[in-house]
Amino acid sequence: MELAAIFISAVLVQNFVLYYFLGICPFLGVSKKIDSAFSMGLAVTFVMSITAVVSWLINNLILIPFGLDYLQIVSFILVIASLVQLVEMFIRKISPPLYQALGIYLPLITTNCAIMGLALIAALNEYSFVETVIFGFSSGIGFTLAIVLIAGIREQLDLADVPEPLKGAGIALIVAGIMALAFNGFIGMLT
Amino acid sequence: MATKSIGQEYLKGLWDENPVFRQLLGMCPTLAVTGTVITGMAMALATTFVLIFSSLVVSSIKKLIPSQVRIATYIVVIASFVTIADQFLKAYFYSISEALGPYVPLIVVNCIILGRQEAFSSKNSVGRSLIDALGMSSGFVLALFVLSAIRELLGAGTFLGYQVMGPWFKPWIIMILPAGAFITLGVLLGIALLIESKTKRSQ
Repeated sequence: MELAAIFISAVLVQNFVLYYFLGICPFLGVSKKIDSAFSMGLAVTFVMSITAVVSWLINNLILIPFGLDYLQIVSFILVIASLVQLVEMFIRKISPPLYQALGIYLPLITTNCAIMGLALIAALNEYSFVETVIFGFSSGIGFTLAIVLIAGIREQLDLADVPEPLKGAGIALIVAGIMALAFNGFIGMLT
Repeated sequence: MATKSIGQEYLKGLWDENPVFRQLLGMCPTLAVTGTVITGMAMALATTFVLIFSSLVVSSIKKLIPSQVRIATYIVVIASFVTIADQFLKAYFYSISEALGPYVPLIVVNCIILGRQEAFSSKNSVGRSLIDALGMSSGFVLALFVLSAIRELLGAGTFLGYQVMGPWFKPWIIMILPAGAFITLGVLLGIALLIESKTKRSQ
């Protein structure tokens, strides 16, 4: 696939949140304010870009040549968990301001299924190295776009009169559904 | 915790602590694979298998796990059972495995499973952990069944692949799309909260 097509597809058409339903937990949890949603998006984009590279290397240099594909799940999850830890320590050492900005969101990413999903989907689609790098970065951008948009809507929702039982997660999911419907319109861009 | 009877331990997973409707855990697979009842149930059963066996293993080796590395240990245990489930589906139910795509491997990051290990199996006996795992997975199966039945019925007019709606019925395409999953779950959450507040008031 063309690189531009991968980028557009990951950001708009097959958006991680609105198409693959990955990363719903932070999408619902950290989307009450635009600021924190943006920081979360930044942290996810950062980790996704690194994960894409590392998981590609592991998959294509170790697992496939030695016929160990069945260890994919175990090795990916362990690598991702330790990678997030490593990135966290690294940022704290190198750039305290960035660490302040990403702060508590970094550890939360370990349990974010979007990261694991990224590694698995990239392996499933058999992307080349360059394609994987683009895919990882643009998936992060797509996640950021979705979470910032919904945070903007939810800030306005605070002022609206939402029925009592739907307050919180209920209305957020319905809003996400309407957003997914809008994003559906982008499918035409790729045909 | 220990004062709960076995029955209560099981039932809490079905409603009071239902993983999907009440705890909002495991949302990704819940939304992604509920387009049809068959894929939804396959996912629910695979998750049940992983949850039960992970709980059994974790609760029986809980004294051997150093607390610093407990999360990593749980993840390795869970990932092993997910691998078994994944390979089993690929070998015997290839078409279902294809339909579920990356979501079977993704059971490994399903927060329900890790959450139960951390919150329950690491502190309770093997028997209680088994009951707890059974209850939680029944709750998960229930949630996925309701969601996928609604989506398949309205989105395709079928149930388990059989036509149930008459020829007058025009399928609501939106229910098959991701948008339908979000909206249906949002409405279901609202209904669950409504029922909860009604029963609380009547008590």
